[in-house]
Amino acid sequence: MTDTLSMETVDLAAVSLRDLNAGLHAMKGRSGHVRVLNPRGAHSLAAGLDADLTVEVDGDVGYYCAGMNKRARVLVRGSAGPGLAENMMSGLVHVTGDASQAAGATGCGGLLVVDGNTSARCGISMKGIDIVVKGSIGPMSAFMAQAGSLVVFGDTGDALGDSIYEAKLFVRGTPKSLGADCVEKPMEDHHRAALFALLEKAGAAHAVDVGSFRRYGSARTLYHFHVDNASAY
Amino acid sequence: MCGIVGLFLKDKSLEPELGRYLAAMLEVMTDRGPDSAGFAVYGDGRIGLTKITVRLPKGADATVLTDKVGDALATGISAAVRGSHVVLQVPEDRVEEALAAIATVEPGAAVTSVGNAMEVYKEVGLPADVAVAFGLPQMRGTHGIGHTRMATESAVTTDGAHPYSTGPDQCLVHNGSLSNHNLVRRRLIREGIDFRTENDTEVAAGFLSWRLREGDQLGDALEASLKELDGFFTFVVGTETGFGVLRDPIACKPAVMAETDRYVAFGSEYKALTVLPGIETARIFEPEPATVYFWDRAA
Repeated sequence: MTDTLSMETVDLAAVSLRDLNAGLHAMKGRSGHVRVLNPRGAHSLAAGLDADLTVEVDGDVGYYCAGMNKRARVLVRGSAGPGLAENMMSGLVHVTGDASQAAGATGCGGLLVVDGNTSARCGISMKGIDIVVKGSIGPMSAFMAQAGSLVVFGDTGDALGDSIYEAKLFVRGTPKSLGADCVEKPMEDHHRAALFALLEKAGAAHAVDVGSFRRYGSARTLYHFHVDNASAY
Repeated sequence: MCGIVGLFLKDKSLEPELGRYLAAMLEVMTDRGPDSAGFAVYGDGRIGLTKITVRLPKGADATVLTDKVGDALATGISAAVRGSHVVLQVPEDRVEEALAAIATVEPGAAVTSVGNAMEVYKEVGLPADVAVAFGLPQMRGTHGIGHTRMATESAVTTDGAHPYSTGPDQCLVHNGSLSNHNLVRRRLIREGIDFRTENDTEVAAGFLSWRLREGDQLGDALEASLKELDGFFTFVVGTETGFGVLRDPIACKPAVMAETDRYVAFGSEYKALTVLPGIETARIFEPEPATVYFWDRAA
């Protein structure tokens, strides 16, 4: 791998995934630009990066792509399997296709953009990551979501935001149902401004009208044990 | 873990290639299940004849079994030996007699399937080795399902390998684990369902067999399993004319599907689908939780 901004191309039909990831990890503290060909659903591609890197992947990826990402920008021209950008700390992960289950799960920071749809549990237990999905998301999304924003241009599946803490959910379509303790909240000017700023970061500021989103969040009734709820456990 | 694959052909010209594609998909799923592998292939049936697929114990002679079952039925029967299994074709109205004869002639034999079109093969070992041992790449057919097992709920044995037959031309493969299988097994034993193993998936198969015996259609039987079976599951069931998919309400276990004009395919991971022709432009989607899906030739 180079330590300059020149582009290097790695063909996974010829190079092993382990060698590719080891090379990317060796870039720690440096900058670079790498293009990956023929991923064919490989797992853990570009996971654990910690560098000022741009990684472009031409094709579909498997589980845990860009997991634990720090600082790097990972672009996937294709779809991603379960656990995309799981536990991301910072940086940008952008998928042009769809993402499977648990996209952005437990993410602490950074921005995840999915141009297509995601399936179940998008943003589960998110802890500060921002997620923008231009399509729809599956059931049980934002379950126990703690911090950060989840923006959905389309609809959501059942039980959106079940047992949510302080994450902010913005949905332009219709949630099929809201989970326990998740409620619609008023959308005020400062919410619209914050949403616009986030969409600007995601390169989608003028794609949609921020006025067309509704806001959902925690009713905060599950924060403390209440004896009336004892039978629910 | 465990890996599941399924392939249902719409385009007849792909039928000679069914086994080759299924074998390639199975091999990709080795990471998810290196302990054992099995598959069901739905091939050409012959009118008036039923296929009985039998797994022979080590050292047993397929010719002897075939001859003795033929003698018992007082008719010549055709047999095809594939690895440790033999497929006997018997008159469709004499299946019970043939099964009784097999049990008498070779008590150690296990009947893996009975059906007009379906043949089920399974064995311990790496999926690629199992596929080659049975000549899967050379098999033709209309549809097939396969399974690679990473054992969790019961031992690594051939009896613990999938698919499990649930009735004539019907089988089940499973990714997940059932937590109430002992309770359900005891109930089903009282209902007269037989079990060979301590395996949780065999209970799911037995549950479906029981519901079908009681008059349910397969779709209703699958719906009933959502109520009665507790645990994680993605099921793929094969029938004479198609296959169905069901995931538990939490959808813990992965499932991805691809559809083109030529086929419908199922994989535990997208990786397994990448061996198929035209996958780059296929419609890729994930089945919803607690929803019964069917692809059927007759429909």
